[in-house]
Amino acid sequence: MKKFRGLRAAWAMLASSVAGAQVKDMPGGPKVNQLNLHEGVTEIARQAMWLHWMMLTICLVIFIGVFGIMFYSIWAHRKSRGVKPATFHENMGVEIAWTVIPFIIIIAMALPATKTVVAMKDTSGADLTVKATGYQWQWGYEYVDGSASGLKFLSKLATPRAQIENRQPKDEFYLMEVDRPMVVPVNKKVRVVLTAADVIHSWMVPDFGVKQDAIPGFLRDTWFRAEQPGLYRGQCAELCGKDHAFMPIVVEVKSQADYDKWVEDQKKQMAALADDPNKEWTESELVARGEKVYASTCVACHQANGKGLPGAFPALDGAITVLGPKNEQIKTVLHGRPVTAMAAFGGQLNDVEIASVITYTRHAWSNAGKGEDPTVQPKDVVGLR
Amino acid sequence: MMSSVNIGHVASGQVHGHDDHHHAIPTGWRRWLFATNHKDIGTMYLIFSVVMLLEGGVLALLIRTELFEPGLQFFRPELFNQFTTMHGLIMVFGAIMPAFVGLANWMIPLQIGASDMAFARLNNFSFWLLPMAAILLTISFFVPGGATAAGWTIYAPLSTQMGPGMDLAIFALHLMGASSIMGAINIMVTILNMRAPGMTLMKMPLFCWTWLITAFLLLGVMPVLAATITMVLTDRHFGTDFFNAAAGGDPVLYQHLFWFFGHPEVYIMILPAFGIISAVVPAFARKKLFGYASMVYATASIAVLSFIVWAHHMFATGMPVPSQLFFMYATMLISVPTGVKVFNWVATMWRGSLSFETPMLFAIGFIFVFTMGGFTGLILSVAPIDVQVHDTYYVVAHFHYVLVAGSLFALFAGAYYWVPKWTGRMYSERLGKLHFWSSIVSFNVTFFPMHFLGLAGMPRRYADYAAQFTTFHQIATLGAFWFGLSQLLFLWAMLRCYAGKGETAAAKPWDGAEGLEWTVPSPAPFHTFETPPEVK
Repeated sequence: MKKFRGLRAAWAMLASSVAGAQVKDMPGGPKVNQLNLHEGVTEIARQAMWLHWMMLTICLVIFIGVFGIMFYSIWAHRKSRGVKPATFHENMGVEIAWTVIPFIIIIAMALPATKTVVAMKDTSGADLTVKATGYQWQWGYEYVDGSASGLKFLSKLATPRAQIENRQPKDEFYLMEVDRPMVVPVNKKVRVVLTAADVIHSWMVPDFGVKQDAIPGFLRDTWFRAEQPGLYRGQCAELCGKDHAFMPIVVEVKSQADYDKWVEDQKKQMAALADDPNKEWTESELVARGEKVYASTCVACHQANGKGLPGAFPALDGAITVLGPKNEQIKTVLHGRPVTAMAAFGGQLNDVEIASVITYTRHAWSNAGKGEDPTVQPKDVVGLR
Repeated sequence: MMSSVNIGHVASGQVHGHDDHHHAIPTGWRRWLFATNHKDIGTMYLIFSVVMLLEGGVLALLIRTELFEPGLQFFRPELFNQFTTMHGLIMVFGAIMPAFVGLANWMIPLQIGASDMAFARLNNFSFWLLPMAAILLTISFFVPGGATAAGWTIYAPLSTQMGPGMDLAIFALHLMGASSIMGAINIMVTILNMRAPGMTLMKMPLFCWTWLITAFLLLGVMPVLAATITMVLTDRHFGTDFFNAAAGGDPVLYQHLFWFFGHPEVYIMILPAFGIISAVVPAFARKKLFGYASMVYATASIAVLSFIVWAHHMFATGMPVPSQLFFMYATMLISVPTGVKVFNWVATMWRGSLSFETPMLFAIGFIFVFTMGGFTGLILSVAPIDVQVHDTYYVVAHFHYVLVAGSLFALFAGAYYWVPKWTGRMYSERLGKLHFWSSIVSFNVTFFPMHFLGLAGMPRRYADYAAQFTTFHQIATLGAFWFGLSQLLFLWAMLRCYAGKGETAAAKPWDGAEGLEWTVPSPAPFHTFETPPEVK
């Protein structure tokens, strides 16, 4: 069977590209061969659509007018028809007209656009505020007020690697699905406050008419009021490094009752999962937990084999920091390394997660049994925060 | 000291015959390395930009190859990002800008009746910086971590994360910036001081006018770019924190500085194109350019406005309402003088006696397709629409409509129009027409579908995409290969002329053409207008 593997893989690829031809519209995401903006489920998205139609219509009319004249001239004033050229080369009246009339047209365009600009920037009077943080390469959501206040989670691409690398057929929500969507109630004004931990990202949901950069060290806000329950999908819109294409945004809009239930469930889960940083963990517990953290947070750069990507991301296997005293590595994970792609994970991971992932790296690959301080306890991390 | 120089001069003149010595055309590599002749330097600029066009074009085709299907087929995303970044940098700074400087070198002295550029050695230096910069850019692919992958806009703080490839790119940009500044000073001084008697400013061909204004733009903004990338460099290596928010810096400051350069930059790449079109259209309409004075004023107003619209690239950063409105209004305003230009060209054609040789085809193609890019620009200026399509393929479509169908098509028009003067040979009209039709069709096949992708929300600079976008990406990829291969026709058409094939060109091969450049023989002799012509 083994020798047919290549053939079977080729067949699978062919099959998947045929399946690709039968892709369906993605609910809350792009339609197949979509030609215009998303119809949208917010007032702002609808206004953007209206503005786009208005602009497109005016531009098309002018375009057809001007090029109608040009192509008529190309047809009628050809040298091959024996036309003698006229000699006029200026006309004050005409020139004033085609300066003033376009000026009036752009004023007519600017008026409705101004109204929408003012509306889209008005983030006051929100029913709910959610803070979104861009990380390389995932989003973090934190509910700042209301019943869900204190709820906090990360939202990562859920598409399996095998689909991206063409080893599995791509599903309907390819690249636009996450493990935990942001959840909001329907018909409520939701203010999203954005920032980033490392580089600039951009939070875009076309169906809401929203796109706002998430800028490290600064807070920027935007808002939406979704009018229909459902899942709405977008992607990061500002180049943020290698996995820029792999950090989608999914927002689930629920009815108020469903939303309340979701909040309650989340709070219970959070209480059950809360890690106690004062507990003394055994080495094997830490390694097992750390392996999971590594697989979700570190593997994109440092790779599963710990070798990194030469030149771009350093290896952890055999690295001095990983084999040396623990404090140096804790500080690196907590605060990042300035001027490199190594971000500060102190805000993203809790003490148990940081201790366990460090313990994991000190036990994994060829590092096992080699360096100093093989085990790091959560309380070691607390002291260095 | 002075007198000894004079004595030496006279002595050598006595021995070798002073005039012959001075006028001998240097031969071999010295002719090019030590070139001070504006025609030789112009030719080198043009060759350089064609080489860069091919390099940038290959990168574009690599991008389109990866994007033929969803999923990662050929390149890792980090390498893909290097391709998009370097494609942009090479095309903007290596292909388009040097090509216009090359045309300026060749044509401005001929058009104003000057014997050469004002600063011949500065001219040599500003050219030879460019190959150095191109080498730095190209070898940056092979340093650890590869070339810069932060986009041609090099936004901080992403650019502070990159490897040594970023530093090489910064040095390359410094060299190209220095080259542009020197080139701009040279062009400015040449135009202002070396015009033939009687050639008043308002009698100059529009190509000289648009370049004069472009030179002021270059002087205004290239130092800003240099300062900005130097700040990135010191953030990376010398512990400054201009763009590091954790230490009180501001990443958005980078964008303000970059686009203060970046927006005038797009006019640097289009104003000389307007100049070429304003020469070609009257020549093949056999009728004087309509509204010469208003063309000059429109160019100047575009240049002034270009300094106050930069933040329309930043609507998604979250500016306050008054700034959004200001930049939206100012941007919309630019469409007025740009419209005036299009109207003037159409009015020039109106009731002319039109013929459609290749330069005219490219000029008409330019007016038609560039205007589409102008309209999408107007649509993008409306902030609420821009917020929807910012950083999507709509923007990619828009700027390729103005940069490829705009700048590049105008360069082709100029090349076919003036190549008889450069080589003394007519290009093959059949090849030229084939090149035009093949280019304009494949250009639209490549870039028109990108409007749809962007409207549907497909972000730019993505190595992979949702399967719903597949069909338009595949059309774009097929179009891109077609467009890329079409450019070999251009190469062939030009090389035939340089190889001495084709009909011999008369001093004035176009019956409707006007200007001093057509009063000298074809090919233009090594030295022209040693005694300035009289312009009435």
